[in-house]
Amino acid sequence: MMRAATSAPPSGVAEGYRREVPPVTREGEVASIDATGVYYQQLNDAVRDAIAAGATTVRITGMNGQRYLGAGLRATGVTIEAHGCAGNDTAMFADGPAIEVFGNAQDGVGNTMSSGRVVVHGDAGDVLGYGMRGGHVLVKGDVGYRVGIHMKAYEKHVPVVVCGGKARDFFGEYMAGGILVLLGVSTQFPEQPLVGGFTGAGMHGGVIYLRGTVEPWQCGAEVGITEATAEDLSALRPHIEEWATAFGADVDEIMAGSFTKLAPMSHRPYGKLYASI
Amino acid sequence: MAYDLERYESFGVERYRDESPFKIHGGCGLAGICDESGTLMSGEIAIQAMAVQRDRGNGLGGGFAGYGIYPELSELFAFHMMYHDTAAKEAAEAALSESFTIEVAEPMPTRPVKGIVDAPLLWRYFLSPHPHLLEERELSAEDYVVQVVMNINSRVDGAFVASSGKNMGAFKGVGFPEEIGHYFRLEEYAGHTWVAHNRFPTNTPGWWGGAHPFTLLDWSIVHNGEISSYGINARYLEQFGYTCSLGTDTEVAAYLFDLLLRRHKLPIELACKALAAPLWSEIDRMPAAERALMTSLRAVYGPAMLNGPFALVLGFNGGMVALNDRIKLRPLVAARSGTTVMVASEEAAIREVMSAPDHVWAPKAGEPVIARVEGMEWPIHGELHLGPAEISCAVTGTEHSCEPVEVAV
Repeated sequence: MMRAATSAPPSGVAEGYRREVPPVTREGEVASIDATGVYYQQLNDAVRDAIAAGATTVRITGMNGQRYLGAGLRATGVTIEAHGCAGNDTAMFADGPAIEVFGNAQDGVGNTMSSGRVVVHGDAGDVLGYGMRGGHVLVKGDVGYRVGIHMKAYEKHVPVVVCGGKARDFFGEYMAGGILVLLGVSTQFPEQPLVGGFTGAGMHGGVIYLRGTVEPWQCGAEVGITEATAEDLSALRPHIEEWATAFGADVDEIMAGSFTKLAPMSHRPYGKLYASI
Repeated sequence: MAYDLERYESFGVERYRDESPFKIHGGCGLAGICDESGTLMSGEIAIQAMAVQRDRGNGLGGGFAGYGIYPELSELFAFHMMYHDTAAKEAAEAALSESFTIEVAEPMPTRPVKGIVDAPLLWRYFLSPHPHLLEERELSAEDYVVQVVMNINSRVDGAFVASSGKNMGAFKGVGFPEEIGHYFRLEEYAGHTWVAHNRFPTNTPGWWGGAHPFTLLDWSIVHNGEISSYGINARYLEQFGYTCSLGTDTEVAAYLFDLLLRRHKLPIELACKALAAPLWSEIDRMPAAERALMTSLRAVYGPAMLNGPFALVLGFNGGMVALNDRIKLRPLVAARSGTTVMVASEEAAIREVMSAPDHVWAPKAGEPVIARVEGMEWPIHGELHLGPAEISCAVTGTEHSCEPVEVAV
C-alpha cells in the first residue's frame, strides 16, 4: 500500500489565493485587472491604486470569492465591474462607487454601505444589505436569508434594495428604515413562495414592497400588511425603473402586478417590553 | 506582509488602521463533493475547494475524508490512527490485535510540508474482526468495531482513532486544509466522495484529533457552527452506549447519524428532520399526516435535535448529505454538474472546482442536499430492510401514520 515517495507537491496543486500584485492594464480611463487566484488584499489595493491613478472604470476578470470588493471605498463617478463570483461583504462600508457584478455574489453584499450602487447580474446570498445606511443594491435573481436586516435611514440617506427573484426567511428583519423590494419575477424557484417566514420580524421603520401576496403567518407580529396604494406605487415606480433598466426588463409589466406593502405598526414595538411608563 | 497604511488613510479609513492588517477572519469552512456515477476523483479536487476558503479557518485544523480510496482492501476495516508516542502505539496495537486480525500495518504516507509541525505518529491498519469473538459476543461486525473505537479513544492514553470504516479514510490535523491535504499526499488517492473542512476553533482547543472530519465506521462529519444542545445530545447518546470523549460538539452529530441511520434505520430524509426539526409553528401548518409524523418525530427524538447554528456534511460509502440548521445561521451553497453534486460554505469553492455547473443554489434551512452513488447499497451499513413508510410507522407507532407520507427532500 505504500506509494512512491515524492517530497514535493506535484505541479498544479492549488495553493488558494496568491499574495501577489495582479496584472493591470490601462486603456484610457479603463483599468483592467486579472484577479485570477489573487488574494483580496492585493486585489483591493490594485483597485484603489487604479482609481487613485484616474481610472473611472475598473474591470476585474477572474473574480472568484475574493472578499470585501470596494470595502470602505470613498469614491464617486467610478464603476467597478467584477466578472465572476463576488466574495463575502462586497461593497461593505462603500461610500460612492458603482459596483457591478457579472455573476453571483456571496453573503453580505452592501454590509453597512453608505452610498453608491451595487448591481448583481445573478443571485446573491444571505444578509444582503445588513445595516445598510444609504445607496442602492439591485439583484437580478434570488436572495438568501436575512436580506435587509437592520437597514436604517436618516433624512436624505435612504437605502434601497430591489431583488428580482425570491427571498428566504427573515426578509427585512429588525428593519429600521429604507426601502426593500421583492419582485419574484426572475427566479430559479418558480414553485416556491415569494418570501419565507418571519418577514419584517422586529421591523420598526422603513417599508417593504412585495410583488404578490403574503400570509399573515409569514410576517412578524410588528408588521402591518396592506395592499399598496396608488401613492405607494408612484413612490415605488422609480426603483422598479432602476431595476428594469439594469436588467433589461419591462417596467410596465412588472408594475402591472399587485403589490403588498409591509410597514411597522409602531416605531417602538418593544418600548414597553421591560417597563411601562 | 507589508501593508501600506498611509494609502489607507488617504481613502478615509484611518479609523480601521489599528485593526486592518491584523484582522483574523474565520467561521470554519466546509466542502463536500460526490460523483453519483461512482467515478473516482483525485483528492486534489477537495484541496482546491478548501484552498479558496482558507480565510474561513486560522490554521488550527484542516481535514478530509475520502470514499472509495482503498478498492483493493475494500472488505477490511481501515483504521487511521494517531499516536502521541510509541507507548500509546504499543498499547493501541495490543488492543487492536486482541480484537482483529491485522492484515496490513503501515505508517501513513506523508511528505514534509511547510506549516505542518508536531505531527503525531500516524499509522494505518487494515483489519478483520476475529470471527469467534463476534460469535461469542453475539455482535455484528459494525457494533464490534464501534466498541473497539470507543475503547481506544476513551481508555488508551495518547491514542486516537481518526477513522475506522471500510474503503474510506480520514486525513486530518493541525494546519490549513491545503497544507494538511499536501501533507497526506491526497492527490495520490481517488474517491467517489470527498468531504473537507477548514477549522476556526472556538470552544475547544486546536489539536490533531480535534480536527474535522469526525468519524465512526463509514460515517464522517464536517461541521461549521456550534451545537449548543451538546449536553442533552451527549446524555441521550450515552443511553445507547456512545461515549463522547473528545470534548467537541461535532462528535455528537457523528454519533447521532450512526444511531438514527444505522441502528434505528431511519431513512435519511427523516433522520435529517429529527436533527434539524421543523419549528412547531411550521408543523402546525402541515397536512395532517405529515403533522402527525413530525410531531411524533420531535417527541421521540427530542433529545437528538441539534440546536444552534450549523452547516454540516455527512460523508458515507455511497454518497453524502449536507444539512443546515433550521434557520440558516451558517452558510451553505450547492451545485450540480452532470453526475457530480457539490456543497460548500462559499460558492467560490464550487466555481474553483466546477468550471460550468448546471445549477447553483442555496439550500433551504433544514432541507438536506443528498447525493447517492448509483448502484451502491443504501445506506452501506446494516441492510435497510424496511421502506420509509414502514419506518415512519415504527417511529410514530400509530396506524394513521403508516400510510406513505411525502417528506420534502
